[in-house]
Parts: sequence; C-alpha cells; structure tokens
Amino acid sequence: MKAQKNLQDNLTFIFLFILAALILAPMLIVLMNSFKGRFFIADTPFALPNSQTFIGMKNYFSGLAKTGFIQAFWYSLFITVFSVTTIVFFTSMTAWCITRVKSKVSSFLYYLLVFSMIVPFQMVMFTMSKMANIMRLDNPIGIIVIYLGYGAGLSVFIFSGFIKSIPLEIEEAATIDGCTPIQTFFLIVFPILKPIGITVAILNTMWIWNDYLLPYLVIGSNYKTIPIAVQYLQGGYGSRDMGAMMAMLVLAIIPIVLFYFTLQKYIIEGVVAGAVKG
Amino acid sequence: MQKMPKKYYAFFTLPTILAFVISFLIPFLLGIYLSFTKFTTVTNSQWVGVSNYIHAFTDDRNFMNATIFTVKFALVSVVLINVFAFSLALLLTRKIRGTNIFRTVFFMPNLIGGIVLGYIWQLIINGVLIKFGVDITFSADYGFWGLIVLMNWQMAGYMMVIYIAGIQGISPELIEAAKIDGANSWQILRRITIPLVSPAITICTFLTVTNSFKLFDQNLALTAGAPARASSMLALDIFTTFYGSMGYEGVGQAKAVMFFLFVGLIVLLQLRFSRTREIEI
Repeated sequence: MKAQKNLQDNLTFIFLFILAALILAPMLIVLMNSFKGRFFIADTPFALPNSQTFIGMKNYFSGLAKTGFIQAFWYSLFITVFSVTTIVFFTSMTAWCITRVKSKVSSFLYYLLVFSMIVPFQMVMFTMSKMANIMRLDNPIGIIVIYLGYGAGLSVFIFSGFIKSIPLEIEEAATIDGCTPIQTFFLIVFPILKPIGITVAILNTMWIWNDYLLPYLVIGSNYKTIPIAVQYLQGGYGSRDMGAMMAMLVLAIIPIVLFYFTLQKYIIEGVVAGAVKG
Repeated sequence: MQKMPKKYYAFFTLPTILAFVISFLIPFLLGIYLSFTKFTTVTNSQWVGVSNYIHAFTDDRNFMNATIFTVKFALVSVVLINVFAFSLALLLTRKIRGTNIFRTVFFMPNLIGGIVLGYIWQLIINGVLIKFGVDITFSADYGFWGLIVLMNWQMAGYMMVIYIAGIQGISPELIEAAKIDGANSWQILRRITIPLVSPAITICTFLTVTNSFKLFDQNLALTAGAPARASSMLALDIFTTFYGSMGYEGVGQAKAVMFFLFVGLIVLLQLRFSRTREIEI
C-alpha cells in the first residue's frame, strides 16, 4: 500500500515536471530565437543557434531602436504605478462612503458602477477616445483619469464586499471620539483595508500593465506603452523584423517575471480573492 | 453611519464618479445613440434609425461568422480549460514534493499580456505548421485551435489556483469518513470533491466564458483575423469594422451594442444559474 502510494507520487511528479517544462518551453524558445539572425527564426524556430545563425545582442539593439522600447517601458511604468495608486486611493473612499451611507443615491451609484463591469470595452472604445481627446486627457497623465473611471466598477465592488464585513462599532467609536468622516476613513478604515487594497492593486496592475487597446486608442499616436511598442513591430505582414520581435518579446516578459517572483504570494492570493469576490 | 453631511459625501465620491462619468457613462450613452446614426466624428452624426443594425447582418457575413466563431470558441475553451485546470488542481493537492514550484510555474503565463502571448504562440505554431508547408493564416481552423491552445496555456493556471483553494477548503474528515465507508477514489471525487467545489466551478466557468467572449489582444496578435476575416472573434470584428474602413463607424457601433447585449445576457444567465444552485445547496 505504502509502496504503491510512493510509486503513484513519483509518476505524478514526473508528469508534472514534464508539463512544467512544456509550459515554460514557449518562453524559452522565444529567448533562444532572440539571439538568432532574423532570417533564421520563422522557418526553424526550434533549432538552437549555431555559428551561422548566432548574432549575439544585435536583435536587441535593432529592436530598441525601432520601437523606442525604453521610452515605452517608462510610459508603461508611469501609467501603471500612478493609475493603480489613484484607483486604490479614490475607489476605497467611494466604496466606504456608498457602503456606509445607506441612501437611494448610494445604491444607485453602486449599481451603476457594478453595471459598468459587464460592458465590453468595444462598446465605449470610440466614444471614450473622443471624450479623452476633447477633455485633453489624451496624454500619460490624463489617461490616469480614464483608468480611474473605467476601473472604478471592479475596484469599488471588491472594496464594498470587504467593507461590509468590517464591524460598524469601530467607526462609531471613532465618531463618538470626535473624528470627522475624513479622519475616520483615513485613520481607522483605510489601514483595515490593507489586505483587500493589495488585491485591488494587483488586479489593476495586471490589467493596466498589459492593456493594449485602451492606451492605443487614447494616447497611442503620441505615446507608446510596451504592448503598443510590440504590436507596432508587426507592421505590414511579411515585412516584419522577426529578430527584433523576439528580442522585444523577451524584454516585455522580463519585468512581469521579476514582478511575479517578488510578489508571488500576494499575486496568487490576490487573484483568487478577486475572482471569488468578483 | 447612516447619514453623512453632503460636503463629506461629495468629498468621498466625487473624484471617482466624475472620472466614471467622463470615461464610462457619457461614452456608453453616446455609444448607444451613435449606433442609430451615421458618423465619422461625434459631431457630424445623422440619425439613420436601425439601418446600422440591419447592415451589420446584411452587408457581409463577417458579423455572423465572428459570432459563430466566438460561441464555438467559448464552448470549447470553457470545457478544455476547466477540465485541464481541475485535473491539475487535483494533482497539486496530493501533497507531493515540488507542489509550490509547480503551482508557480503553471500560474505564470496568466501574467503575460495578450499581445505578447499572441506573438509567442504565433512563432511556435508557425514553426510547427511550416513543416507542412502552411502557416496559421492558411485556414481559420488553425487560428481557432491556435487560440484554444493559447488560452489554455494562459488561463489553466489561473483557474487551477481557484480550484486548489476550493479543494483545500474541503474538510479532511469527510474524505476520511468516506474511505472508512469503503468509497474508492472515483466515488470520493464524484460524490464529495466535485459537489463541494461547485462554487469554484461556477466562478471558473463564469471567468472563462466572459474572458473567451471578450478576447481581443490574443486574437489580434495571433492571427489578426486571417485568412481574410475568417478567424476574427466579435471584439476584433467590431474593431476592424470601426477602424478598417471609412464610413462604417455606425455599423461598428451597432455591432458593439449587440455585443454588449450578448455579454450582458450571458452574465444574467450565469447569475441566475449560480443563485438557484446556491439555494439547492
């Protein structure tokens, strides 16, 4: 019985190990091809680089020059960091207020925000980019407002679910002690929201960092984020530089992998919590 | 706190609500209005009634094709992703060594953005297909199965962690009791594990259905709809209608409204389904 369990566990381990290798393989193949000459990639992507095909870091240099990747990295970082901070800050305030103040306005706002979650982006893509244009929000600072508005639904929904579980007595005690609502929120409630705040931050980071169509339509003609820079390499079909493409894919993956390995525990927990509540 | 002075209420809600009105509410209402007009910019719209909706079906077969493609894709990917993810979750809750590392690796593709994923898989799939003298743009079937493989690679790990959380929530005493009563592992799976993780099944089905329906980035990067527009899903078809040729903005917007109604309907069905299930349990 014991021996049989051991054998089963070993077989499972081997199976999972092969599967893990298969899952990592596509990324490793891209990495390998990023060191090959551009004409040796599309036809033989599974061949290791050899003395004839190996060209060192040349693809990286040509890719960086063609896409402005370094600039795109800074735009992506700027937009993601400030949008996520803004979203966590303002939507937690809104969620607390409309959860605690029971009124018709509150529940109207709540359902309106939740409703926005089910609307596909294509429904508003044209009109939203026009609005951004008219309101002069079509720049890396203005797009933060767009992200706050478009991301508000999910974030308010997740915060509200958590706030309902916080006992009201804590806040009532603060009010009796003379706190204004602003003091109550920032001194008492906001610190309690920390775990769910991390969840909201992670979900929004994953969304905004990888988002393509919204930034492409709103700021894409003047400012390229990483996904826009990668897509830009596509160009006309057939004419694209496969070498530069491989190198840029590698550069696009590296920040995500670093982010993942540093915050892995929070990311997986956050995503599960977000899914279960959302 | 039942009441709050108006100025505080405004302080807490106005920043979010203003941004929401600018980037969602006005665009949404304007979008519904524009779907009944002919326009190239917002200011030159002319009322044309429902003709955009009729055009969406009669001009060409793109919209119907995209709808069929999307529904087929959603059905196949929901089943495959969930079966795959659930099996992985079962294997990873058997307390064997390396569980944490495997979980980390399986979840990782979920963090990579759709555009990057699309090009990674384009390289791999074309690398295989070239041995047969074709590439992914040769037939919409290749695009279809390519997207299925891609989505499994991306989402199975995500669904897996939700299933793991569900399976770990089952109290070990139940399994223990079933074993003592002589249940075999298939019976335990069928009669205990699956019923008890049904909330997780509901969540995962919902997530995979909505993600499959709204798929855009992966579709754009992997095939861009090729050949012609045969492998376009709904989101990409709407995008192409809008920005692909002048004069079809109204039709694009009408398609977008129908897409929204479609997604809305699925969400409502899903909510109703999960409510009735909760009552049963």
